[in-house]
Amino acid sequence: MSVFNQSRSYIVRLIFILTFIIISIQLFNLQVLSSKYKQLALDNAVFPKRVFPPRGIIYDRLNRPILNNTIMFDLMVTPTQIRGVDTSYLCRLLEIDTAEFKKRVVTSIIRNGRYRPSVFEGLLSPAKHARLEENMWRFSNGFYLQERPVRTYPYNVAAQILGYIGEVDSGIIARSNNYYIPGDYVGRNGLESFYEEILRGQRGIQYLIKDNKNRLVGRYENGEFDTAAVAGRNLRTYIDVELQQLAEKMMANKVGAIVAIEPKTGGILAMVSGPNFNPNDLTGSDKQKNFARLQLDVSAPLLNRAIKGQYPPGSTFKPIGALVALEEGVITPSFGYPCSGAYYGCNRPVRCTHAGGGHAANLRLSIANSCNAYYTHIFRLTIDNPKYRNVKVGYAKWKDYMNAFGLGTRLGIDLPSEDKANIPDTNRYNTVYRGSWSSCTNLTLGIGQDMMTTTPLQLANAICIIANKGYYYTPHFVKKIDDETEEDTIMNPFRVKNEILTHIPDAAFEEVISGMQDVVERGTARSAAIPGINVAAKTGTAENYRIIERKRVQLKDNSVFVCFAPRENPKIAIAVIVENAGYGGTWAGPISSILMEKFLNDTLRPERVKKVEEIANANLMPSYLKRLQYIEDSIRAFKWYEMTSDSSYIKNYVMKHTSIPVSLPTGEQWPPVFEWEAILPKEKYFKNQPFT
Amino acid sequence: MNQRNPSISKGIDWRLIWLYFLISGIGITAIFGATFVEGDDVITSFLTFRTDYSKQFIFFILSVIIGVFILVTDSKFFAATANLWYAFGILLLLLVFPFHTEIKGTESIIRIGGFQFQPAEFCKIPVCLALAKYLSLNETDFSKTKSQLIAAGIAILPALMAILQKETGLALVYFSFFLVMYREGLPSLILVIGFSVAALVVLTLLLEKNTLAIILTVFAGLTVYNMRRQIRRNKGILINIILIWALCVGIQRFGVPFIFKSVLQNHQVERIYSTIGKEVPIEYLKGIEESDMAGKPRLNTADYNVKQSKIAIGSGRLLGRGLLKGTQTRYDFVPEQRTDFIFCTIGEGFGFVGSMVLILVYLSLLFLIITIAERQRSTFSRVYAYGVAGVLFFHIGINLAMTIGLAPVIGIPLPFVSYGGTSLVTFSILLFILVRLDADRQMVIR
Repeated sequence: MSVFNQSRSYIVRLIFILTFIIISIQLFNLQVLSSKYKQLALDNAVFPKRVFPPRGIIYDRLNRPILNNTIMFDLMVTPTQIRGVDTSYLCRLLEIDTAEFKKRVVTSIIRNGRYRPSVFEGLLSPAKHARLEENMWRFSNGFYLQERPVRTYPYNVAAQILGYIGEVDSGIIARSNNYYIPGDYVGRNGLESFYEEILRGQRGIQYLIKDNKNRLVGRYENGEFDTAAVAGRNLRTYIDVELQQLAEKMMANKVGAIVAIEPKTGGILAMVSGPNFNPNDLTGSDKQKNFARLQLDVSAPLLNRAIKGQYPPGSTFKPIGALVALEEGVITPSFGYPCSGAYYGCNRPVRCTHAGGGHAANLRLSIANSCNAYYTHIFRLTIDNPKYRNVKVGYAKWKDYMNAFGLGTRLGIDLPSEDKANIPDTNRYNTVYRGSWSSCTNLTLGIGQDMMTTTPLQLANAICIIANKGYYYTPHFVKKIDDETEEDTIMNPFRVKNEILTHIPDAAFEEVISGMQDVVERGTARSAAIPGINVAAKTGTAENYRIIERKRVQLKDNSVFVCFAPRENPKIAIAVIVENAGYGGTWAGPISSILMEKFLNDTLRPERVKKVEEIANANLMPSYLKRLQYIEDSIRAFKWYEMTSDSSYIKNYVMKHTSIPVSLPTGEQWPPVFEWEAILPKEKYFKNQPFT
Repeated sequence: MNQRNPSISKGIDWRLIWLYFLISGIGITAIFGATFVEGDDVITSFLTFRTDYSKQFIFFILSVIIGVFILVTDSKFFAATANLWYAFGILLLLLVFPFHTEIKGTESIIRIGGFQFQPAEFCKIPVCLALAKYLSLNETDFSKTKSQLIAAGIAILPALMAILQKETGLALVYFSFFLVMYREGLPSLILVIGFSVAALVVLTLLLEKNTLAIILTVFAGLTVYNMRRQIRRNKGILINIILIWALCVGIQRFGVPFIFKSVLQNHQVERIYSTIGKEVPIEYLKGIEESDMAGKPRLNTADYNVKQSKIAIGSGRLLGRGLLKGTQTRYDFVPEQRTDFIFCTIGEGFGFVGSMVLILVYLSLLFLIITIAERQRSTFSRVYAYGVAGVLFFHIGINLAMTIGLAPVIGIPLPFVSYGGTSLVTFSILLFILVRLDADRQMVIR
């Protein structure tokens, strides 16, 4: 029987071999032919963690850090590990209730899964951190504190200059060629944004291993494939932190701007925009809240008025007008104008603060006395210059001069979104006046009014040109990048000397500067004098119009002041604008003078210290802002009610501002209103509602 | 002890023993690779027996000791007590019904203290012995249908009990004894019919049902046309063709859906469909209504194991990532990676080359067993050897095919390699009895 079916043993063997061949083919297919599985395995298990190097630090001119890095703490939670934790005690320390606690745990499970740690409370305030640090052993099952680097501002200054960092949006990601991924932080304004590539350094990647529950369990291949992060480089700036502090102090409760530049280099010593805020408000745990508050404030503290505010320069423009007229040869330094209190050359008279007495008997006197008639006259002479035959050609020439002085063009400062303000071109006048206009139409350009606006930065830069007698460097903050190499081209534009106006002879500059010195010694800016230093300055009191509730309203004049010192070797040039403050010599003048004194002498005289306090305590916030804020807030409250049917905000605003009973759109009866009917767009928010 | 063989080593085929040591060694290494935790002291953990690889090592030692005992036993003992063992095995299987502990969905495990025992696993030995005993009986004429049915009954009885204990995978193993019966003279037709039915079932799953019905009808029509001359002579052929056609369509339209709806459990249906890469029809899933699934993505959870397993094996490439270097198995991406999916550790750690080495070692083991079987003088030893070869082949083939996505996930271990005491000891006993019988290959054992 043993040999009976022996041939079948070969068939059995054949079956074995065939099965094993099929398996081997599939193995060959999986392991040798297909290359995707290796990658899939890496995707499964290897987590490329991006390592962010510390961002660069920003120093002032004496190497004091204005912007530094510090560590804050996040409270992290790993939901599966919460065991035997005294929840109510933790809630008490964090000042939350147990419902909120549960909500946060559920949120973190949804976001990150229950095995991975998520942020339970980010950027703990120092008080909360201290409380938790002491008690952390109680919560070690499931909770831990994680360090998180944040930006800090040791001097609490220069918020608008430095900018802030925030999460990238889709636009930034697209522009960076996908260098960033969602969740990355990037400089969102100011120097943080302009020097992003310098400050951020080189990101590193650490390959970590994660297990089947997405927990990180170690380094992949002992870090063989990791790329090291390269620290961000530091910036050394021209900013003088003490000067900046002083300037910000004096701008408190004022709308306006201060720009101080070192004329020889174009380095910006201080730049303030009022109203201001503390840069530390935009780091730390209340960041979102503070940001919302700043953004909803109608006085726009986030707006850097020094580069974005557009102001008519007023009389501070006169030295420039004089230089243009001299260079064009329409006047000489001895040219005088018999002003009798106004300019009557055209239909409407242009008033002057002085009358007769030869207050404009020559150029120098005309600057010292700020004669409006003199400057409207020489403006007309300039653009009606017979050598150009046509007012439009003459005006175009004049506009070229303005652009050469840096007015009406972007200077190219190292901050994002600088404004170019406005020197209207001939087309603009052609459009407005349908082609027929003359030097009489825009004669107030001669005294820095009409359609002309400048930014405080442009004004300060123009003063630098006068102080330098014709040249300037593009105003900028950064003096030096640490470890700068040939490849860093970002600084190149700031090292080019712009000599576009050096063809104006020094004698012309001397004449104008003498006039400006007279302004301080005998004219409208006597309050700005500093003993022992020759200061050249010019005051301005610019008319201030604003459209409020669809009406053009004339508000109190803007106080404008420009100056530089010392005359012989200019070290600082300043432009100050304080909105709604009146005469240039009253507010802007003393502010500039104090800053110059501080910068040049390093100390202030006792009476000046007193003056600083006086200015700092003065509240010059325009009153219309309050009304505007109320309108904005109440409209928002109503929109909120429309969207959510939550009337608490309306009640809040109505309660605060009203006294007569009224039935609200919510159907409730409230003590109401004397003015909200006028303020709120009634037709929109009170459609068919009884409104007693 | 046999008087004619004074030394126990006399007649022993050492090649078999060495292959056994080699594969068990590979197994312990693979378990070590799958379960070693960074920072463990290897020597200490081997001595304290707390880790899986040290436990497997213990079971290996235990198996060798049992093996030595088997080698000193008289080979006639196994033939003599074969039926007794079979009765004992069936009794154990019956005991499972009242005394089982439910673990991971199976109801086939008896727990005594900390010790787990799975009679369905162990029962392979008695079935192998009993089948050998029955076929070697002088009065058995295996060419008779009655004998064939009795032999099939011996193998299928424990299988049915395993199915009742929700251990379908192990039940399927008992069908490997058909290989023995084939060798002993089961008509080839049965094998052909078996393969045809299997092919028909696979086609039913792959093709839309009307399409397959049309194909079958066209096929039947063509056969009739081709055989028209024979049919003219013999009408019986036509009737046979029509009957076969009706049977095929019946299986395709009613048989397969019946099995999927009423016999198989949800996870089994999902595993089968996951292997062919199709979505499970809702009517095959029990307890799930059409409305429950509306608009929801159909997640086939059975996919996960196989997908991770394929990733693990595929990521090994030609030469492997090295022992303890494979991320898939080191970080537990493959479920059951020390037991049923142990091959992943080898595929990932040692690559195609390593996998092929293991496969060739297995193939040489199987071929060696067949060679040994064919040199036996006694039918008992030959049938037993074929039984061992069939069981091992079925385990190896199905296990490897499932880890690389060629077969549905059937939870059966890889012989001598997968972690698990019962499995290792059972396979060792199977093999050592064979070695013992082979040592007395010149004897006629009944």
